Amino acid sequence: MAMLESLRDLVGPAVFDHAVSPLIKIAVLIFVGILPLISYLVLAERKILGFMQVRLGPNRVGPWGLLQPVADIAKLLVKQDIIPSTAIRWAFIVAPCLVVAPAFVIFSVIPFGPAASQTGGSLDYFVTDVNVALLFVVAMATVGVYGIILGGWASNSKFSLLGGLRAAAQMVSYEIPQGFSLVIPLLMAGTMSLQGIVQAQFEQQRWFIFQGWGLGLVAFFIYFVAGVAETNRNPFDLPEAESELVAGFHTEYTGMRFALFFLGEYANMIVISAVAVTLFLGGWHQPFPNAGWAGFLDLQWIPVLTPPLGLVGILWFSTKLAAFLFVYIWFRGTFPRYRFDQLMELGWKWLIPLVLLTIFGTGVWKILQ
Amino acid sequence: MENYLPILVFALFSIVFLVVTLVAARLFRPGGALFKGASATINDDPYECGNPAETFAHDHRFSIRYYLIAVLFVVFDVETIFLFPWAVQFDRLGIFGFVEMIVFLVILIVGYVYAWQRGALNWA
Repeated sequence: MAMLESLRDLVGPAVFDHAVSPLIKIAVLIFVGILPLISYLVLAERKILGFMQVRLGPNRVGPWGLLQPVADIAKLLVKQDIIPSTAIRWAFIVAPCLVVAPAFVIFSVIPFGPAASQTGGSLDYFVTDVNVALLFVVAMATVGVYGIILGGWASNSKFSLLGGLRAAAQMVSYEIPQGFSLVIPLLMAGTMSLQGIVQAQFEQQRWFIFQGWGLGLVAFFIYFVAGVAETNRNPFDLPEAESELVAGFHTEYTGMRFALFFLGEYANMIVISAVAVTLFLGGWHQPFPNAGWAGFLDLQWIPVLTPPLGLVGILWFSTKLAAFLFVYIWFRGTFPRYRFDQLMELGWKWLIPLVLLTIFGTGVWKILQ
Repeated sequence: MENYLPILVFALFSIVFLVVTLVAARLFRPGGALFKGASATINDDPYECGNPAETFAHDHRFSIRYYLIAVLFVVFDVETIFLFPWAVQFDRLGIFGFVEMIVFLVILIVGYVYAWQRGALNWA
């Protein structure tokens, strides 16, 4: 802390508050939070899928397979690095970066914990809070689509091209119900700032998933289904369908560039889950904040967490996030893949009318209040 | 405006991270000499189930059914942009705003139903 103070004096408070302090937070977020989370999410996925299929999953590297991510990274790093001779070189190289970078940038507006003003401390437990945060999330999530299409196109492989085309149609189609479903929590909260939406749920004493005659639940359902489709996960993993397209848009990718696609997919899963937690599940707030019997949920009886709210908030956020990520993996272990015409039908003929009705219903609910 | 600065920092950070990762991968990967024999044959070709590729993807014309989907998407996505500020300002706009939005949506839904009737949403 003293070191930070002297650094602040050195570079001046303005530069410190707007560039150095965020940079430190970002570094911690990425290297302590997101990257380890992604590596172990992959392990967790393999383990959980293993258990669901009555296997053990990875169990050779380290105790209980816990060092598997390290081995994976080392392996990917020393893999032969192939760019197909017929590929469009620059696009082939840029594509995976276009998937990862937007997914990362979205984390800058996710409220992992309370603001400084709410804890009485001097530290915001998020990188920044802008008043159009939700719009920013939607915009950035869209950029990721380009990476996948570009990757499929640039490879000049038939499998990749088909995968890329499927990705284009699918992600574009499911973006509509997803965008619409975000309108419902917006209506309920009356603000686009993610920190504001979390606060609105706290003030209304209700998570938005339970708000407004069950309409919140419908919106949540639509958002999550569309989110699974946006991340190309089962049962909507047609762009990379292993059994027919041989990994689809990243057939030609090897080594680190393949790892980046992988990283992007998992980062996107975390983003979708984090936004869902923020919009529908009360963000970093504990469940039942005012119920007497649930008082122990504030976790103040754990000595390390006694500085109020801050770390507790992050803990609750992570718990809810983990629940979501488990559901993703659960989906993969449970559902067979959709056929492409069924996929488009679900998006265009079911989700869109449903979400329009939900918006209408929420408007009526708002007016009757 | 200064709230947006950390986002820019984050974007730069991500780009640096990506560049460092790819450069590191370049350093660690096996040298070209080791795989020269493989490269000379079909290792550098796009995947074709192990056979030498006769043609490549860009040689062909694929039937893209996505043209209509793309057009419809643009219409709906623009609508989303209209809905966002409307939702935020709902309290201030009141019933007037609600009715206005219903009128707007009905116009759009008419187009949607028309597209549905014409079979634009059918894939097969």
